[in-house]
Amino acid sequence: MMRRLFNFQGGVKLREHKRESTQSPVIPANIPKTLILPLQQHIGSPAVATVNVGDKVLKGQVVAQAKGNVSVPVHAPTSGKVAAIGKHNIPHPSGLQSTCIIIETDGMDIERRQKSRFVNHKDLSPEQLRELIRQSGIVGLGGAGFPSHLKLSAERNRVKTLILNGAECEPYITCDEMLMREQAIEVIEGLNIMRHALQAPRCIIAIENNKPEALKEIKLAVKHNNLDFVEVVQVPTVYPAGGEKQLIQTVTGKQVPAQGLPIDIGVVCHNVGTAYAISRAVEHGEPLVSRYVTVAGSVAKARVLEVLIGTPVSDLIEECGGNRKTLSRVIMGGPMMGFALHNDDVPVIKTTNCILVNSSIADVPLPSRSKHALPCIRCGACSDACPVGLLPQQLYWHTRAKEFDKVQDYHLFDCIECGCCDYVCPSHIPLVQYYRYAKNTIWQQDREKKLSDISRQRHEFHKQRLEREKRERAERHKKKRQAVTADAAQDDKKAAIQAAMERARKKRETTNTMPKNTEQLTEQQQKHITEIDQRREKAPGPRTES
Amino acid sequence: MSLNTPTSPHIHDDTSVTKVMLRVLLALVPAIIAYSWYFGWGLLINIAIAATTALACEYTMLMLRQRPVAPFMTDGSIVVTAILLAFCIPPLAPWWIAFLGTGFAVVVGKHLYGGLGYNPFNPAMVGYVMLLISFPKEMTTWLPPNLVQDLNFGFLTSLNAVFTGNLPAGFSLDGITAATPLDLIKTQLNQDITITETKNSYALFGDFGGIGWEWIGNWVFLGGVWLIYKKVINWHIPVAVLGSLFVISLVFFLMDADYYGSPMFHLFSGAAILGAFFIATDPVSAATTPRGRIIYGIGIGLLTYIIRVWGGYPDGIGFAVLLMNLAAPTIDYYTQPRVYGHKRK
Repeated sequence: MMRRLFNFQGGVKLREHKRESTQSPVIPANIPKTLILPLQQHIGSPAVATVNVGDKVLKGQVVAQAKGNVSVPVHAPTSGKVAAIGKHNIPHPSGLQSTCIIIETDGMDIERRQKSRFVNHKDLSPEQLRELIRQSGIVGLGGAGFPSHLKLSAERNRVKTLILNGAECEPYITCDEMLMREQAIEVIEGLNIMRHALQAPRCIIAIENNKPEALKEIKLAVKHNNLDFVEVVQVPTVYPAGGEKQLIQTVTGKQVPAQGLPIDIGVVCHNVGTAYAISRAVEHGEPLVSRYVTVAGSVAKARVLEVLIGTPVSDLIEECGGNRKTLSRVIMGGPMMGFALHNDDVPVIKTTNCILVNSSIADVPLPSRSKHALPCIRCGACSDACPVGLLPQQLYWHTRAKEFDKVQDYHLFDCIECGCCDYVCPSHIPLVQYYRYAKNTIWQQDREKKLSDISRQRHEFHKQRLEREKRERAERHKKKRQAVTADAAQDDKKAAIQAAMERARKKRETTNTMPKNTEQLTEQQQKHITEIDQRREKAPGPRTES
Repeated sequence: MSLNTPTSPHIHDDTSVTKVMLRVLLALVPAIIAYSWYFGWGLLINIAIAATTALACEYTMLMLRQRPVAPFMTDGSIVVTAILLAFCIPPLAPWWIAFLGTGFAVVVGKHLYGGLGYNPFNPAMVGYVMLLISFPKEMTTWLPPNLVQDLNFGFLTSLNAVFTGNLPAGFSLDGITAATPLDLIKTQLNQDITITETKNSYALFGDFGGIGWEWIGNWVFLGGVWLIYKKVINWHIPVAVLGSLFVISLVFFLMDADYYGSPMFHLFSGAAILGAFFIATDPVSAATTPRGRIIYGIGIGLLTYIIRVWGGYPDGIGFAVLLMNLAAPTIDYYTQPRVYGHKRK
């Protein structure tokens, strides 16, 4: 059956560069000397370390436990010894550091003792499955890193369609393609498990039409398992076809409501890599300790490797024949939405799908934006390319003018930062950066407004309390006064005032005399005092008056 | 270790303002050739004067405004302005017409109004309208297209005419020049001579519009369609301008064919096609939303017709474009497209 596809608006055609890294089969990367495991590799609260420095760990052992519901544990990817727990560079657009568990590997790769596992996922309830998936540390491997168990909830049977995203629309990235080609059976198994957890009636696997081999393997696997509720769909190769919202529109024709979630229209979307990880976890009892990563760009041998989580990027670059000394730019993720690393000693984390290497001496594989932007000529190429239907030229105009209310009128927060507008801009304006700046400024203003609201509230309360206290005090005094008889109080007061006035008069009289130490002075002393007095009179300024 | 950390996206399409402008220039080449075929060397001489003036003024203004010279001198936009203005100047107009018009367009219309990307009006039309208002005689003295072939004015003769005003012995400017078809019809109608009578008594009219003009129109049209194909411009504005001009002229033509020109006459005379594809589409001063572009184009089409038929000037494209330029920001604000996931307002 051919499914009718729907186009999303805009998008751009990009040079794919996928051939280079899909020529050789996937092999496991070397076990590095040290593994760096950030406690936060997912959206939500960071995990809490459960090991101490010096502890011996085995492959698959939990080294950090989830904290709260929006969190997952971290497992040791291989056997070794905990060398340190502390700050280390992590993959982050701003080059931040964060708490990591650093493991010195022993090269033995000894696994922890397997508990007995359930053979068939059908024997588990959806709740048990979710808990198992959570305990296996699985997050969305497509890039966002949202804990997967939260997206597998079958509440109120709302999920009608489970979409498995195998579009992989960014240039250079090929890890999902190679996964589908080599592990199609496992991917389909994972899909089955997800479907069971979600109780979804039907499933769609969407693959871009530039991956015919992956499509063939997946179709074979579906046929082999005789899954009549699964539909394999080929979608056109247009960036960003793999964006969740764009893919949902392409295959269902429906749009996810603004500020809503796919579940609002009965859809849940997962990445094929996540399906594979879930299959490994449920069917084989393996937690998420490795993933497929594409290494491409200025390396001798571009390829996809199965990499242990925590492997330093520098090790991968060297393993693929790249020269660390001539690196100019290393991008984690794709060239459209990935970010440039500040340092190559950061680890591969659960969401790392691609390492794109750029060298200062080899041919630059990336045609970059010019450093000197011209003014916007409002040609509208950006709005033609925007997959969301925004007017990037207007967003840019108002961001430049710092008119942040207008920017929100033009729906800034619907921008998915896919980079299409930026890519096509003839004036080479770094548009996405402007939008990030606008978003951050607005967030910052909101935070400040909240804080000032709180302090204003506090101030109001404070004022109210003072007034109340004043009122109460006045009332108390009034009552007291009423208690005492009026006349007696009056007489007492008069007498007191009289006495005080008398005291004051006496005091004035006694103090209105010369200082005692000026009597009986010698002539010389008297002369000296006169001189000083004269000098004081002559000298200007306030000093003389004192 | 110091790695470069630019922000995403890390790749860029092979495009630039210069490339966009070069494509516009390329699209104008067929029209320039056709124009020269009918009206002689005058256009090329005007283009040379206008382009030189434009570049000199651009350079001066960039220096005065302390802007980087190299990127703005090479973006090509100023040459496009110069050529579009040269198209609007009569072929053998004195040299200072092109010089003054372009100077005004660049200095005032472009730079004093904010420079590339910020000018609210189409600079070429600012220059054109200034010339039309200030020098009506020089700006409406055109050559009859068929006479040019017969007169066989060479390059040097034309050059001499433009720079000194001297024509070869036996010719006088009044003797060889003629009004444009639009202008002629207007003056004749003012004397109660119907269009049919005018057409029969003057050898200026071809199948649709004026002789020569209609063929130039065809070549401009071809260049414009190529620009749409190359995605340099969108279809909205040309279609809206020509469509609305066609519809309104059809309505009046059907009411009274003697007094109102036919739709084809209106489309293929004057600057309608050039205006629709090359002038109204100037992105800086036009509306930028899809629906906004259509409203903007319809406005230009209707205003052009109104000015042509009831206004004091023979052609109305220049005024219509400037008037709609003013309305563009407001049109844009009220015609925002529906954003993904939002309900239509």
